[in-house]
Amino acid sequence: MYMLEIRNLHASIDGKPILKGLNLSVKAGEVHAIMGPNGSGKSTLASIIAGNEAYEITEGDVLFQGISLLDLQPHERAAAGVFLAFQYPVEIPGVSMMNFMKSAINEIRAQKGQEPIEASAFLKLVREKQALVELDAKLANRSVNQGFSGGEKKRNEVFQMAMLDPKLAVLDETDSGLDIDALRIVAQGVNALRNSQNSFLVITHYQRLLDYIVPDVVHVLANGKIIKTGSKDLALELEAKGYDWILETDQA
Amino acid sequence: MPENQDQLLHDITNREYEHGWSVDLDAETLEPGLTEETVRFISAKKNEPSWLLEWRLKAFRQWQQMAEPHWGLLHYPPINYQSLSYYSAPKKKPELSSLDEVDPELLKTFNRLGISLQEQKMLAGVAVDAVIDSVSVKTTFKEKLAEKGVIFCSFSEAVQEHPDLVKAYLGSVVPIKDNFFAALNSAVFSDGSFVYIPAGVRCPMELSTYFRINAMNTGQFERTLIIADDDSYVSYLEGCTAPMRDENQLHAAVVELVALNRAHIKYSTVQNWYPGDKNGKGGIYNFVTKRGNCLGDNSLISWTQVETGSSITWKYPSVLLKGDGSKGEFFSVAVTANAQQADTGTKMVHLGKNTSSTIISKGISAGNSNNSYRGLVKMAPSATGARNFSQCDSLLLGSTCGAHTFPSIEVDNATGKVEHEATTSKIAEDQIFYLNQRGIPTEKAVALIVNGYCREVLDQLPMEFAVEARKLLEISLEGSVG
Repeated sequence: MYMLEIRNLHASIDGKPILKGLNLSVKAGEVHAIMGPNGSGKSTLASIIAGNEAYEITEGDVLFQGISLLDLQPHERAAAGVFLAFQYPVEIPGVSMMNFMKSAINEIRAQKGQEPIEASAFLKLVREKQALVELDAKLANRSVNQGFSGGEKKRNEVFQMAMLDPKLAVLDETDSGLDIDALRIVAQGVNALRNSQNSFLVITHYQRLLDYIVPDVVHVLANGKIIKTGSKDLALELEAKGYDWILETDQA
Repeated sequence: MPENQDQLLHDITNREYEHGWSVDLDAETLEPGLTEETVRFISAKKNEPSWLLEWRLKAFRQWQQMAEPHWGLLHYPPINYQSLSYYSAPKKKPELSSLDEVDPELLKTFNRLGISLQEQKMLAGVAVDAVIDSVSVKTTFKEKLAEKGVIFCSFSEAVQEHPDLVKAYLGSVVPIKDNFFAALNSAVFSDGSFVYIPAGVRCPMELSTYFRINAMNTGQFERTLIIADDDSYVSYLEGCTAPMRDENQLHAAVVELVALNRAHIKYSTVQNWYPGDKNGKGGIYNFVTKRGNCLGDNSLISWTQVETGSSITWKYPSVLLKGDGSKGEFFSVAVTANAQQADTGTKMVHLGKNTSSTIISKGISAGNSNNSYRGLVKMAPSATGARNFSQCDSLLLGSTCGAHTFPSIEVDNATGKVEHEATTSKIAEDQIFYLNQRGIPTEKAVALIVNGYCREVLDQLPMEFAVEARKLLEISLEGSVG
C-alpha cells in the first residue's frame, strides 16, 4: 500500500482547469521531489492534498494509506497524519505560538480519542524540536508568524512539522526566499525527521534544496501533469538545461 | 467566502443561550406601574432617610419630562414603562453568618453559572456581593476588608451605615438629569454595590459582584458607587448572566466612580445577559450609564468590558479627566451574534492639564447583528498638553452582519494630541485553513482567532476573569460546543 497515491487527478479553480490527469505514487520511507515551471500546478497539488476547498476536484482520487482524502475535512486529514508546510505561512495576531501548538496537538489527540498532552511533556517536546530547527525560544512567545522574518517563518513551518510528526509531509516551496544558512537548517530538520515510516513530498522550483534533502524520486510537473519521472540526477539535468527541453519533448 | 464557509459561520453563530433557566426564589414583587407612589414605596421599603426620598422624587419628576433617546443605531419596539414592575425582593432575607445558611436554590443558581461562592471564597480570594433581583443576599469577606477600612457593601446598607459618603458623592458623576435612563434609575434604583477605599489603602482583593435578573417582568435598576480616596487602589469585577425569558427585560444601571488624588480604579465587566432567540425575541435591553470622575491629580480610571450578551446594548463607560495628569482608559470587546444590537463606546473628556486617555475597542459581529462603536474625545480649553490614542477595530464573521464606527473628536486647546486608528476586517479564510491544516476544526479555529484578535483587551482583565471571558467568547461564537 502506498503512503500517497494520486490517480488521474483533475482539478480546477473558478472553472479554470489546473491539474489535468495527474498520477503519483509515494511509498513509506521515500522522499519525492516535484519540480516544474511557474504555473504548472505545484502549489495547487499541495493545496488539494491538504484539503483547500477553493479547488474543485473534477475527476480522479487522492488516496492516503489506501483511504480517499477527498472524503475528509482538512482538520481530519491533519489528524490522519498529513502535514503541509505552507509557502506563505499566515499571521494570526494575538495567538501565541505555544497556545497554537498546544491547541493543534490536543485537537489531533482528541480526534484520535486521546487525552490532552501533559504540560511538562509538551514543554519538553517544544524545547527538543526548537533545537532541531535552531528556532529562537523567544519566537514561541510571539503571535503565530507575526513579526517573523521570511526565514523564521519557514523554520517555524518545519518546527511545527517536527512537533506534529506527520506520516506525509508536503513542503510547498519551503526553500523560496531562504538564504543558504536557513536552507541548511530547514534541510537538517527534514533529514532528522526522515524515517522508514514516513514520506515527504518536496515541491521546489530550484534544484538547490535537493543538494540538502536528497530525494529518492524526482518528478517534473508541467501543465497539470507529471511529464517526467527520474532519479535525483533528473534534478541536476533540469538545473543545467532548464525546463524547455522537457516541455518540447513532451509536446513532440 | 465560499458558501459552505458562510453556512458554517451561520451555524456556529446561531447558538442557543447556555445559561437559560429560571429559579423559583419566592420573590416579593411589586405590581407593574410607575408613579410617585412607586418611588415612595421603594424608598419606604428600604427605610431610607428623607433626603434620599427627596432626591428620588426629584429624579422621578425630571424623568417624566424627558424623552427616551433614539440617537443610537438601535431598533426595538417602544418600551412601556408602566408595564414593568419596579421592585422585587427575595422573601427570605436573613442575617447570614455562613454560606450554609444561604438559600439552597440560590447556591444552585451560582453553581450552574460556574460560580461557587465557596470556591471563590477559598481559592480565588474574591469577595462576592451577590445580587439576585434587587436585594443583596450575601456579602463575603467583609471582615477582612474592614480591617483595612475598606467598605464594600450593598447600596442599601451604605445608605444606612455611611450616609455622609453616599450623600456627598451620589449623583456627583452622573447627575439626575444626565440622561433619560439615568434619571429613571435615580428614581427607582433598587440596590447595588457601594465601595469606599480609604486613603493610602491598596484593596487586598478583587471586589466582585455577580448580577442576576431573576424575576418575571422585573426591571433591574442597579446603582453602584465606588470612591477611591487619595493614593488608594481598587480592582472591581462585575459579571452578569441572566435566565432565558420570553419577554424583554429592561436594565438601566448607573455606575459612578470617583478617583481622588493619585487613586487608581480598575473596573472590569463581563456581560453575558440573555441575548434573545435567533430573532432577538426575549433578550435583555441594557441601557447603562457608567462614568468615572478622575477628580484628583494623577488619578487613573480604567474600564475594561467584554460584552457578549443582551439583545440591545447602549453603554458608554466614560471618564471625566478633571485632575491634572489624570488618565482614562477604555478597553472593550463587544460581540454581537444573531439579531443582537450593540451601540457602545466611550467618552473621554479632558479638562485638566496633561491628561491622557487610551481607547482600545474591538467589535466582533456575526449572524444578522449590528455592532457600533460610538466615541467622543473632547479636550477643553483648560486641557493643556492633553493626549489621546484611540484604536477601533471591527471584525466581521460572515456577510450578513454590520459594523459601524462613529468617532467624534473635539479639541479646543492647540496643544492637544489625538491619534485615531480604525480597521475593519473579515475573518480570513487562509487563517482558518492554516489552523485546520494543523488539526484544529473550524469552530475552534474561529474561537482561537477571535481570542487572539481581542488579546489586548483580555490581557487587561484580572486572571480568573480573563479565563471566564475567553470561555465566554468561545461559547458566544461556537454554538453548543464549549
